[in-house]
Amino acid sequence: MVYARLILMRLFKAVIVLFLIVIFNFLLIQLAPGDPAAILAGEAGAADQEFLDQLRERFGLDQPMYVQLWHYVSGIAMLDFGYSYRLGVPVFDLIMDRLPATLLLTGTAFVLSLVLGIVAGSMAAARVKKPSGSLIMALALVFYATPLFWVALMSVVVFSVYLGWLPAYGLYTVGAGHTGLALVLDVAKHLVLPATTLALFFMAIYTRMTRTSMLDAAQQDYVKTARAKGLKPGIIQRRHVLRNALLPIITLAGLQAGQMVGGAILTETVFAWPGIGRLMFEALQQRDYNLLLGIFFFSAALVIVFNIITDLVYSLADPRIKKGAA
Amino acid sequence: MKKPLALAISAAALAFTSAALADDPKEGGVVNTIIQPEPPGLVLGMVQNAPTRTVSGNIYEGLLRYSTDLEPMPQLAESWEVSDDGRTYTFHLREGVTWHDGEAFTADDVVFSADVFHRELNPSARAVLQHVESIEATDDHTVVFTLKQPFGPFLISFEAGTFTMVPEHLYAGTDFRNNEHNDHPIGTGPFKFSNWERGTVIELVKNEEYYEEGLPYLDGVNWHIIPDGASRAVAFENETIDVLPSGTVENFDIPRLAEMDNVCMTEEGHEYFSPFAMLWMNNREGPTADKRFRQAVMYAMDREFAKDVLWNGLGNVPLSAFGSNARFQNDDLEPYDYNPDRARELLDEMGYDGEEITILPLPYGETWTRWAEAVQQNLREVGINVETQATDVGGWNQRLGDWDYDLAFTYLYQYGDPALGISRTYLSDNIAKGSPWNNVEGYENERVDELFNEAATAFPDEEREALYREVQEILHEDVPVGWLMELGFPTLYRCDVKNLVTSGVGVNDGFKDAWLDR
Repeated sequence: MVYARLILMRLFKAVIVLFLIVIFNFLLIQLAPGDPAAILAGEAGAADQEFLDQLRERFGLDQPMYVQLWHYVSGIAMLDFGYSYRLGVPVFDLIMDRLPATLLLTGTAFVLSLVLGIVAGSMAAARVKKPSGSLIMALALVFYATPLFWVALMSVVVFSVYLGWLPAYGLYTVGAGHTGLALVLDVAKHLVLPATTLALFFMAIYTRMTRTSMLDAAQQDYVKTARAKGLKPGIIQRRHVLRNALLPIITLAGLQAGQMVGGAILTETVFAWPGIGRLMFEALQQRDYNLLLGIFFFSAALVIVFNIITDLVYSLADPRIKKGAA
Repeated sequence: MKKPLALAISAAALAFTSAALADDPKEGGVVNTIIQPEPPGLVLGMVQNAPTRTVSGNIYEGLLRYSTDLEPMPQLAESWEVSDDGRTYTFHLREGVTWHDGEAFTADDVVFSADVFHRELNPSARAVLQHVESIEATDDHTVVFTLKQPFGPFLISFEAGTFTMVPEHLYAGTDFRNNEHNDHPIGTGPFKFSNWERGTVIELVKNEEYYEEGLPYLDGVNWHIIPDGASRAVAFENETIDVLPSGTVENFDIPRLAEMDNVCMTEEGHEYFSPFAMLWMNNREGPTADKRFRQAVMYAMDREFAKDVLWNGLGNVPLSAFGSNARFQNDDLEPYDYNPDRARELLDEMGYDGEEITILPLPYGETWTRWAEAVQQNLREVGINVETQATDVGGWNQRLGDWDYDLAFTYLYQYGDPALGISRTYLSDNIAKGSPWNNVEGYENERVDELFNEAATAFPDEEREALYREVQEILHEDVPVGWLMELGFPTLYRCDVKNLVTSGVGVNDGFKDAWLDR
C-alpha cells in the first residue's frame, strides 16, 4: 500500500520531469549548427535549392520554431515520436529494433561488473595490507584509468587478430545462417569482448567502492559486538559488513542502470554492435532531430524508472530507510 | 553521322576480348564487403548519397555504363545514335529485360524515370534535364531525347547512380517518397535486394533471370556495416571482409593492409567521380579577397608532400581547375609549384598585415585533420597567420552555407565533364547562401560565365575545347579556389576476387562481372 503510493507519487513527478526534458532537449538541439536537409544534400554531393526546399518542407523545418515545438510535444503526448529524417522510418520502430541488442550488451555488462566488482571488493577488503589485496586494487585502478576505446581496440587486437579466439565485431556471424542454439552460442561469442570492455570500468568502481565502504563498516560497533560474541569472520563479512556497505553500491548501480540505453556509444561503435548508442551518435552527426529526441526521451524515461527502482531497493536493503521518505 | 554507334560496338568488342583473355570464371560464392556510412535508403534517384550509389548500383542500372576511360558502354541501351546537329539522341533498348518482380522493362520506364521521377526528385539529373526539350518512346524499345540545344556532356550522364532506371509500374501515380516499394528496391540489375539488417548488413542475392548470359557469377554480396574505421581495417585483416571499397579505411592503414599476403589494390574505378579536393577561399572579404593572397596560398602549399605523406603517393596534383579525368584539360599552364619565396613576395606586394585567418578542415576523418595541419604549417612558414577550427559535418555545412569562413577544405566529384562537375564551382549564377555545394567562394567573372555557358552547349567537341582552354587560363590567374589534389581512393581486395573493377564507377556496378577463384 505504502509502496503503491510511493510509486504513484514518483510517476506523477516523472511525467512532469519528462515533459520538461522534452522541451529542454528540443531547444538544446536547435543550438546545434546545420540542419538535416543540408547534411543529406551534402552526402549526395549535389543539391539545388529545390532539393533543399523539398526536404525542409517534408521535415517541417520551414516552419517557425514554436510551431515545430508544438508539433513535437503534441506528438509525444500521443506517444507518436515521428519519423527519422534520414531513414524515413518511424522513430519508435527504430528504437525498438535496436533496443534488444543494447539491453543484451549493457545488461550483461551491468551484471558482470556488479557481481565481479562486489566479489573483488570484498576480497580486497578482507585482504587489506596483503599483496593479493593490493594487486586487486592495482588492477581496479588500471581499469578505472584506461580509456574505454583503447581497451576495446586492444582486446580486438589481442583476442581477434592475434589469437583469433573471438569475433571482432557485430552481433552475429553474417551469412552463417545459424538458428536455435547455434545462434545463441554465436551471439554469446560476439558478446564477450564488448560486454567485458564495457564492464571493466564499472567493475573497477564497484571494487573500490565495495572495499572502502566495507572497511568503513568493519569499524562499526556492531561488528565488534558480532566479533565479541564469536561469530565466524566469513559470516561477519557477509551479514554484517557487506550488507551495511551496500547502500553506496546500490546508488552507483542505479546510476549505471540508468545509462543502459545510451551509455554504450563507444563500445557499440568500435564493435559494430547494432544498438541504440550508435543510433544516437549517428543521429547526432546527421542532425536527425526526431530520432535524437526520441532516443533522449527513452533514455530519460529509463533513468527515471531506475531511480524509482533504486529507491525501492534501498528500503529493501536497509529497512531503516522510511518507505514514505521519498 | 553514326560514329558513336561504331564506338559502342568497338567498346563491346573490347570488353569481349578482354573477358576471353582472363581465366575461365568460376560460378558461385558470396563476397563480403563494407558499406560506410550506412545509407539512408536504397532507392537510387530518390537518394543519391555515395553509399546508396555503391550498394544500389548493383541493383539498379542506367542506360549506359562507362569504362575506366569514361567511354560509354552498352547497358540497358544496346546502341545509340546522335543526330548531326547534336540535338537528338536515339537509344535502342535491349530486349528481354525484366524487373526483379518479373515485369518487362520497356521504353515507357525510361520516359517515366527521366521525365517524371528524376525531374521531381533528383538534383543531379535535373541539371542535365534542363537541356532536354522532350523525351519520347517511339516504340517499346526505342527512346528519343530531343535537346533544346546541343549539350556536350549529355552522353556521359546516363550512369546508373545519376540516371537510374526505376520501374514505372510500381511508382507511376504514387507519392514517390512514401511508396511501399522503397523498402524493397526493384531494379533490373545483376543482384536483387534480399535483406537489410539495420546497423549490421545489407544482403544482395544473384538475379537468376539476369539478361546478360552467364552473369553474374557470384551468388550474392554482403555489405557489412561497421561504424569504426579501425574495426573495418581489422575485419579486413582477419579475412571476414574480402573487399574494402575506396574510402572505407583511413589512409594510414592502407600501406599496412596492402602489404598483406593475397591482398591486391587498384586505383581504377573512380574515374567517373574523380573527387577533386579544393580549398575554398572566401573571395568576398578579408585577405582572401585579394587575388595575390590566393596565389600566395597556392605557392605556399607543398601539395606533393601532402600527396606522398597523407595520401600514400596516390592521386594527382592538378595543374589548375580541370582535373586529369575531366575532359579538355589545358596543360600549357604554368604549374603552381611549391615556392615559399614567391608566396612571400606576393604577400609583401599586397601588403598583408598579418591579419588572422581561419581554416576549416573537412570533418571526414583523420586524414583531413592532418591535411589541414600540414597546410596550416605551410602557410605559417610564409608568414600567414592562420588558425584551424574544428567542426562536425553539420557545423561545417552551416559555416560554408553562411559564407562564414576564410579557408575551408572540400572535395567535389568531377562527373567526367567540366559542364557537370567543374563549372558549378565558378559560375556566378550558382552563388546562393544555404548550400556548401555551389559557388561558395563567391567568385564572379562575366567572361568566365560566358565561356562556361557557351562551352556547355557548343558542338562539336573542338568548339568546346577552345572555350574551355580560355576559361582555364583566366581561372589559373584568378585562383578563385585552391586546387589541392585529385584524390586517389584505392580499392583493396583479396587477390582471388577477380574482375572486380571493370568500369569508371568501380564497385558501384562492379560485382556484375566479379567472380571468386576459390
